[in-house]
Amino acid sequence: MIKTQGLTKVFKIGKKGETELVAVDDLSLEVESGEVFGFLGPNGAGKTTTVRMLTGLIRPSSGSAQVAGFELGEDDTNIRRNVGILTESPGMYERLTAEKNLTIFANLYDVPDIEKSVNKYLSMLDLWERRHDAVGSFSKGMRQKLAVARALIHEPQILFLDEPTTGLDPEASKTVRDFVEELKNEGRTIFMTTHNLDEAERLCDRVGIFQQKLLTVDSPSNLREKMFGRKVVFHLSEVKPEWIDLVTNIAGAGNVEAVDNKLVISLQDPEASNPEIIKALVMAGAQLRFVGEIRHSLEQIYLEMVKSTERGQ
Amino acid sequence: MKHIKTIINKEWSEVFKNRWVISTMTLLPMLFTALPLVMLATTGGSALSAEIGAESSGLPAGFVAGCAGLSATDCMQIYLLNQFMLMFMMMPLMIPTTIAAYSIVGEKTTRSLEPLLATPITTIELLAGKGLAAVIPGALISYAAFGVFILGGLIIKLSPAVLAYILSPTWLLGILVLGPILSVIAAIFAIYVSSRVSDPRVAEQLSGMVIMPLLLVMFAVLAGKIVINIWFMLIAIVVCTIVAFGMLHLGTIIFDRENILTKWK
Repeated sequence: MIKTQGLTKVFKIGKKGETELVAVDDLSLEVESGEVFGFLGPNGAGKTTTVRMLTGLIRPSSGSAQVAGFELGEDDTNIRRNVGILTESPGMYERLTAEKNLTIFANLYDVPDIEKSVNKYLSMLDLWERRHDAVGSFSKGMRQKLAVARALIHEPQILFLDEPTTGLDPEASKTVRDFVEELKNEGRTIFMTTHNLDEAERLCDRVGIFQQKLLTVDSPSNLREKMFGRKVVFHLSEVKPEWIDLVTNIAGAGNVEAVDNKLVISLQDPEASNPEIIKALVMAGAQLRFVGEIRHSLEQIYLEMVKSTERGQ
Repeated sequence: MKHIKTIINKEWSEVFKNRWVISTMTLLPMLFTALPLVMLATTGGSALSAEIGAESSGLPAGFVAGCAGLSATDCMQIYLLNQFMLMFMMMPLMIPTTIAAYSIVGEKTTRSLEPLLATPITTIELLAGKGLAAVIPGALISYAAFGVFILGGLIIKLSPAVLAYILSPTWLLGILVLGPILSVIAAIFAIYVSSRVSDPRVAEQLSGMVIMPLLLVMFAVLAGKIVINIWFMLIAIVVCTIVAFGMLHLGTIIFDRENILTKWK
């Protein structure tokens, strides 16, 4: 659905364009059909530039990309016809009604049955009652919902969502998030940039951490494993030093740390090793209270990646 | 064609919801129509009596030469008409400017330009839609104002010679043909300015510069350096058509979506 090879964007800035700013550097990635891909990165990382390139709004400086089966730079009109974009700011025609806004875009996207499509999305996004009102009177959340409807009005195969919940209150954020989840269930391909890591973790099949360059791509759970390994914590009534040696010798166990009355053990395959560790500890007289896996949040992974990149620079 | 119609419809829906824009667009034509009628009505009475010879009226010699067989009043009224007709030519320049100057920069400030450019609309469709949305009202209002002016001329009982001058091929070509061509030039210029600036006020002020060449012509006519006749009008039509096509071609080349999206802040 989306495939990029060495996609790069360099902006020339300054009065005479004497300074070069690399916004996107050598981006190569593939997003499969029906996948929800999260594109994470700090402000100014080049996320919006990437979305603009992939939607045919701006030209790459080098590299290539195929979007919805069309070659970027050669068939941009067809790319635009087959993708929907939710821009960072809703950018609606404030003096016009919600219905008129959608009708304009349905016409521009050559939607066959305009009235039906407009009515469908107005109802689906709870805007039906306000369809005859000027968008200028809408709340931020309502505008965002209308912008989502606009992005979907032509039933695109691929949807680009640039910071879909930024600046929205929790209720509006949830509405938009729920709708994205619905779209995911419909099997649409979604490329989403976001700062909201909790949202990314909940919605995305895979995430890419990006800061001018693509630092890593994987599913949130695989990233966790890659970054921190898998750690299991064994809560005991007390920790005896000999128990540390005991579990260290069990196959698959890595580093063992004793913290208060807990043993934190790095394991390659907790499902295989846990029964043996539990058995050994119990036989050694340990009173086991609780066993659980430590789950690092996507936020920790993200911060770690971004920090290490900054250190590298 | 559907995309062009959609853009025109969208532009008009937005423009005609703004009372201030409508006032600006209607006030000028009303003024430009009423003022000449008042002037002609007053000069037709006593200001310039038939006894005053055209030669002694201070009119440019080149113009007076064309007054043979006319009364001094008619000659003076025709001289005034020449200036007023040039004012009529300002309408098709100024009305499109009001609409077109806002067309791109307005979308930039409301951030609606990015979603619009993300649709399959081509640059030529976008420019044509924005341009026609500005040109059509300009041309129609000019035609309407000219119609009202002729009607007014009949009501204030202008002489047949003066009425014939108003309806001469020179001015019919000027109003009906040159006017819309000037509208096209004004609209393309204003859209170009609108795509390069970041403030709607700057766009409107810079776009207003398009009126300068016409003002120069007006001054030249007043100074007697130019006499407006059928040849002048035909040459003006040819030159302005070439300019309009040239600007349209240039406009599609220099309308760079990327620059407009990324370099406007």
